[in-house]
Amino acid sequence: MTKLTLLSEIAPHKSCTVLAILSDAPGMQRLQEMGILPGTKISVIRRAPMGDPIELEVRGYKLSIRKREAAEISVQPA
Amino acid sequence: MSASPRQIALVGNPNSGKTTLFNAFTGLRQKVGNYPGVTVEKKVGEARTLHGEKVAILDLPGTYSLSARSEDERVARDVLLGDLSGIPRPDVVICVVDASNLERNLYLVLQVIDLGLPVIIALNMIDVVEENKQRIDPEALSESLGGVTVIPCQANAKIGIAELKQAMAKKSYTPVERVWTTDDDLTQLLSETADVLAAHNTINPRAHALTIIGDRAMRDPSHPNCLDNEILRKITPLVDATLKQHPTPVESRIVAARYDAISRISAASLRGENRPDGLSVSDKLDEVLIHPILGWLVFILVMATMFFSMFTLAETPMDWIENGFAILGDWVGSLLGKGDLRDLLVDGVIAGVGGVLVFLPQILILFLFIGILESSGYMARAAFIMDRLMARVGLNGKSFIPLLSSYACAIPGIMATRTIENEKDRLVTILVAPMMSCTARLPVYGILIKLMVPEADNDIWIQTGLMFALYGLGTLGAFLFAAIFKRTIAKGDASPFMIELPPYRLPGWKLIVQQLLDRAGIFIKRAGTIILALSILIWAASTFPKPADPETPKDIALEQSIMGRTGKMIEPIMKPLGYDWKIGSAVIWSFLAREQFVAAMSVIYSVEDEEDEPALRSKLAAAESPDGISIFSIPVCASLLVFYVFAQQCIATFAVVRRETSSWKWPIFQLGYMTVFAWIAAFVTFMIVSHIV
Ligand SMILES: Nc1nc2c(ncn2[C@@H]2O[C@H](COP(=O)(O)OP(=O)(O)OP(=O)(O)O)[C@@H](O)[C@H]2O)c(=O)[nH]1
Ligand SMILES: [Mg+2]
Repeated sequence: MTKLTLLSEIAPHKSCTVLAILSDAPGMQRLQEMGILPGTKISVIRRAPMGDPIELEVRGYKLSIRKREAAEISVQPA
Repeated sequence: MSASPRQIALVGNPNSGKTTLFNAFTGLRQKVGNYPGVTVEKKVGEARTLHGEKVAILDLPGTYSLSARSEDERVARDVLLGDLSGIPRPDVVICVVDASNLERNLYLVLQVIDLGLPVIIALNMIDVVEENKQRIDPEALSESLGGVTVIPCQANAKIGIAELKQAMAKKSYTPVERVWTTDDDLTQLLSETADVLAAHNTINPRAHALTIIGDRAMRDPSHPNCLDNEILRKITPLVDATLKQHPTPVESRIVAARYDAISRISAASLRGENRPDGLSVSDKLDEVLIHPILGWLVFILVMATMFFSMFTLAETPMDWIENGFAILGDWVGSLLGKGDLRDLLVDGVIAGVGGVLVFLPQILILFLFIGILESSGYMARAAFIMDRLMARVGLNGKSFIPLLSSYACAIPGIMATRTIENEKDRLVTILVAPMMSCTARLPVYGILIKLMVPEADNDIWIQTGLMFALYGLGTLGAFLFAAIFKRTIAKGDASPFMIELPPYRLPGWKLIVQQLLDRAGIFIKRAGTIILALSILIWAASTFPKPADPETPKDIALEQSIMGRTGKMIEPIMKPLGYDWKIGSAVIWSFLAREQFVAAMSVIYSVEDEEDEPALRSKLAAAESPDGISIFSIPVCASLLVFYVFAQQCIATFAVVRRETSSWKWPIFQLGYMTVFAWIAAFVTFMIVSHIV
């Protein structure tokens, strides 16, 4: 089996598709409610000045989350 | 006709335009801004439907979902569920949808429909959809949502308002049926949960069941949102049984089921290319504004411009106001004979209130800058850039928005902490917010900086630099104490950070000017009420009790007055900071409202009563102690400035902290730690500067 790719590892300007949400913490539930679900396409726009947080584009809007949360999302790079 | 008007609630995602609509309906001017989390409490207004019926409109804080995580979101959820005492469950809900962001906004719409409430959809920001070369078919949207009324609108241009008022006039709204489906096991779980709730006399058992199953936090005993124990004990086995068959968390399955329906609805109603080609204007702006290096430069440049213009642009209007009050004082003085009334009006009221009002131009410039930051969309970017730094402290970027607002006034800043999900983070942010220099400090800073920097060619630059330093010092103090508190009294994990970055919008100038005028109004009102009352009080304290011999020189009389006596009493505490008893009294008298320092100084130094009244500034500059040393020396001014940067001297802030933390402990703690620290910092400053100068 190949290693999981995490959303936090995707470089800026690259896109990916969500495979699974790896944690069921309440904060992760909110991300799902905001539309980050298995099958959703996500583009990583940029990283903040000191590398964290990151800016994403999901379902046509811009969302910023920390790498820590992004590391709870496994993705399929496009 | 029923006695009480029908209740219509505005619900929607943050930043979708609810308040803009509210203002259009009611004619009120609640705060609007281009970042999520502007509205943090419910606001009621009155409007008329197209048929002239009076209705009550409720503006609510924005939320992405009914699984409330923060104080402001809880307000929205509780109103919809009818859980908030004193507020009846709304008769109709207007769901404000940001049409340029259809899918995520529909999530909340589905949740509201699930509650069984009659829904009207205000399909807002239709102009943005058109700009993206897309189109939403309102009929198709309505149809795929089971027949909900859909009204396209553009709230900021008042387009679609009449149609919405017409929709509000209709009274017989039948709630529509749920438009998404669950697997059989979930359906069963939901109905069993509803039965448990019904047995416990919960209102709306079906709606509550969905909320509980759809929100993990409500079933997690370690979470503050958890429901009561007895019900939980009965529901947990039901959930566990479902999990045994199907290991995906039930709440995730519900979210996914809703989004499945949303994809269908969106596909049925959205027309046109999914994405416009190339980068949008907003994207291009972000390339610079949140660029790793340029972003910081821009931020510093913006702040520097702000302080610089506060000194340059405001200079002339401030002179006018100052002269205006001087003329007024002379005129009133010449009308009245020597005596108490004249002293009260000229030295107490006119000098006190005038001394504060002089700073109106500077305050307006500051508000203008903050207004532009808030309405352009930069606020959320500031949170994005600052998150890393805030993480060092132990908070997250979201705490930066309340702190930034506190530059204007700590009170809205403390209110804005309601958007912070983590209770401990919120408490820490509340505790440090008043360290950010607010506009009430400007009069104090203004007077003291002018005393410190003698008129010279390049004094504008030194003044700007000093002001910058004072604001920086307060900000550093806030960060320092946040770090200390997060490691001691409010220890806790780093909380997740998540913020939407809305597209930049051109600030609506009409809106900005309106909000500026409102704020100027508040400032003037404050000067005319609190400051006025305190000025009179201070004057009385400096005048009474009167010496028996009316020929007693004024400065001796002052020493024997209440103010003189209290001043002498606290002199030992003030001495180490370099203050004589007069300055000490002014400091003490400004604990209710810090700008009162100016009024107190003007009352105290009106003693050398010459015929022509020089401006307060020159009076203070000339003040000397009996042995001929200038009282407002550079070390004393520096020490005072540092004291005013850190001290908690605002009764209104105290009251808001009391309310927002529902305790006496925290406002008292805040008053204590800030004042003690202010004293220590002022002491150290006085020592150091005395050695250097
Ligand atoms: N282009 C466009 N902008 C709009 C429209 N309606 C509102 N806005 C802008 O959208 C931003 C958000 O408006 P608000 O009314 O503060 O939004 P809100 O839903 O009350 O936001 P919260 O209180 O934070 O939940 C502001 O900058 C408005 O000027 C619209 O129809 N078109
Ligand atoms: Mg609002």
